[in-house]
Amino acid sequence: MNRAKIRQNLPAKSADPTTKIELTVNGEAVTAEVSTRMLLSDFLRHGLGLTGTHVGCEHGVCGACTVLIDGVAGRSCLTFAVQAAGCQVRTIESVANKDGSLHPLQEAFRECHGLQCGYCTPGMIMNILSSFNSSAPLDLSDEGIRDIISGNLCRCTGYANIIAAVRQAAKAMALG
Amino acid sequence: MKPPPFEYCAPRSLKDAVDILASDPAAMVLAGGQSLIPALNMRFAAPSKLIDIQHVAGLKGISIEGGKIVVRAMTRHRELELNDGVFRVNPLIRETMAHVAHVPIRNRGTVVGSLCHADAAAEMPSILLVTGGSVIAESPRGRREIPASDFFQFHMTTSREPDEIIVEAHFPVLPQGAGWAFKEFTRRHGDYAIAAVAAIVTRDGARDVVSLSACGVASRPIRLETCEQIFAAEGFTDASFKAAAAAAREYVTAPDDIHATTNYRRDLLASLVVRTVEKALARSR
Repeated sequence: MNRAKIRQNLPAKSADPTTKIELTVNGEAVTAEVSTRMLLSDFLRHGLGLTGTHVGCEHGVCGACTVLIDGVAGRSCLTFAVQAAGCQVRTIESVANKDGSLHPLQEAFRECHGLQCGYCTPGMIMNILSSFNSSAPLDLSDEGIRDIISGNLCRCTGYANIIAAVRQAAKAMALG
Repeated sequence: MKPPPFEYCAPRSLKDAVDILASDPAAMVLAGGQSLIPALNMRFAAPSKLIDIQHVAGLKGISIEGGKIVVRAMTRHRELELNDGVFRVNPLIRETMAHVAHVPIRNRGTVVGSLCHADAAAEMPSILLVTGGSVIAESPRGRREIPASDFFQFHMTTSREPDEIIVEAHFPVLPQGAGWAFKEFTRRHGDYAIAAVAAIVTRDGARDVVSLSACGVASRPIRLETCEQIFAAEGFTDASFKAAAAAAREYVTAPDDIHATTNYRRDLLASLVVRTVEKALARSR
C-alpha cells in the first residue's frame, strides 16, 4: 500500500479521549483541548512551546521537569495536564525579569558556575524557588541545601557549585 | 505519549466517585499520582478510566479528633509533614516523612495514596502499622474501617476491595510521654528503604512497652512482635537488646536483590532495631 492509501484509511481525528482544560501558565490564561494522557511536561513543551521545562527520566527521578503548581514545586512528568486544570503553573520562562535581566537565583548560578550543560538547571531553579517561598524553615547549611536539591540530578557540573549558588542567592534575597 | 490511553473523569462528590468505580472494575483512582503516574508512564498499569478525586468535596485536610489524626484522601504528604498540630501529638510522623522521596514529590503525592499503593519498602504504611492505625473504605455497600494490620497484605496489595475508595487514614496520637524514632538505611536519601524501623516506647504501668515495625525487609510492612515481647519481658538491658537484634534477623524474607542480599538486610535490621529503640527510649519520659 502506498502512503496516500494508508492516509486515506486513517481516521481524521485521534481516538484518544480528550478533555478541555483551562489553566494559568506564567500569568496568562490558557485554554486547550488535551489528550487525557498528556503529561503536563509534554503540554508545556509541545502544546505551548515552553521548552525551558526539560524532560529527563519521565518517571519522577531526575527532577529536570520540575515546575511550580499553585506555588509549590512538582514534577510536570508526574502530573497530567488535566490535573492542572484550574491551577497556576509557573515555568522557568517566568523567572527572569521582562527586560531580560536575571533573577538573583539565576544570577547566582551564573556567578558560581552552578551550571555547565544546563539540562538540569530549569528544574533546579524552580525547585529552589519553591523552597525559598515555602513556610518551612530554610536550612542553608551544606546538609540543608543538599536536602533541598536532593530530588534534582545533575550529571555534569557537580553539586558543590550549585550549593554555593543556592547560598549566595539566599543571601542576595535576604532569606534564611 | 507515554501512558496508555484512558478516559478521565473528575467527579465533585464522593457518591459519584464511588459509583463510577463500582460500575467499572478496570477504573483506577487518581489522587496525587506520584506512584500511579510513573506506573502508567512505564505502562505497568493500563486502567480503562482514571477517577481524579482532587475535586471531590470533603476529601481535603487533616483533623485531630478523639485521639487520632484523621488524614483525608487528598491530603498531600507535605501538608501532613508541616502541620504543627500533628507534630505536637505524633512527632514520629514528621521524623519519618523526611525520608519519603523528595519535597517536590511530597508536595504532590498523598498520604492515603501511598498507603493504597502499599509498596513493601514505603515508610508511611510502616507508620500506620506501628501506631495501630486504620483506614476508612467507602463503597456502594457503605463504609468500613480496616485496621492497618489487616490492610497491608503483600507487595502492592491491600485488602481494599476493587469497588472501595479509601477516604481517610487514621493515625493514633502518641500517648503522653511516649518516645519515638524512625531510622532508615538507603543508598541515597529519598530512595525507598533497603530497611527501616519505626519504634514507639510507651509507659504501661510500671514498665515500658515497645511497638516496632519494619519496612523494606519483607513482602509487606511488618510488626516485629518477637522483639517487642523480648523488651516487654526483659526490659532494656544489654542482653535484651542483643536478643531483640537476633530475633529481628528472622523477620527478613526479602530475597537477594540489586540493592542488598538477604543476609545484608538481616544485619541492617538487627542494627536498626537497636538504634531505633535506643533513640525512642532516650526520648521517652
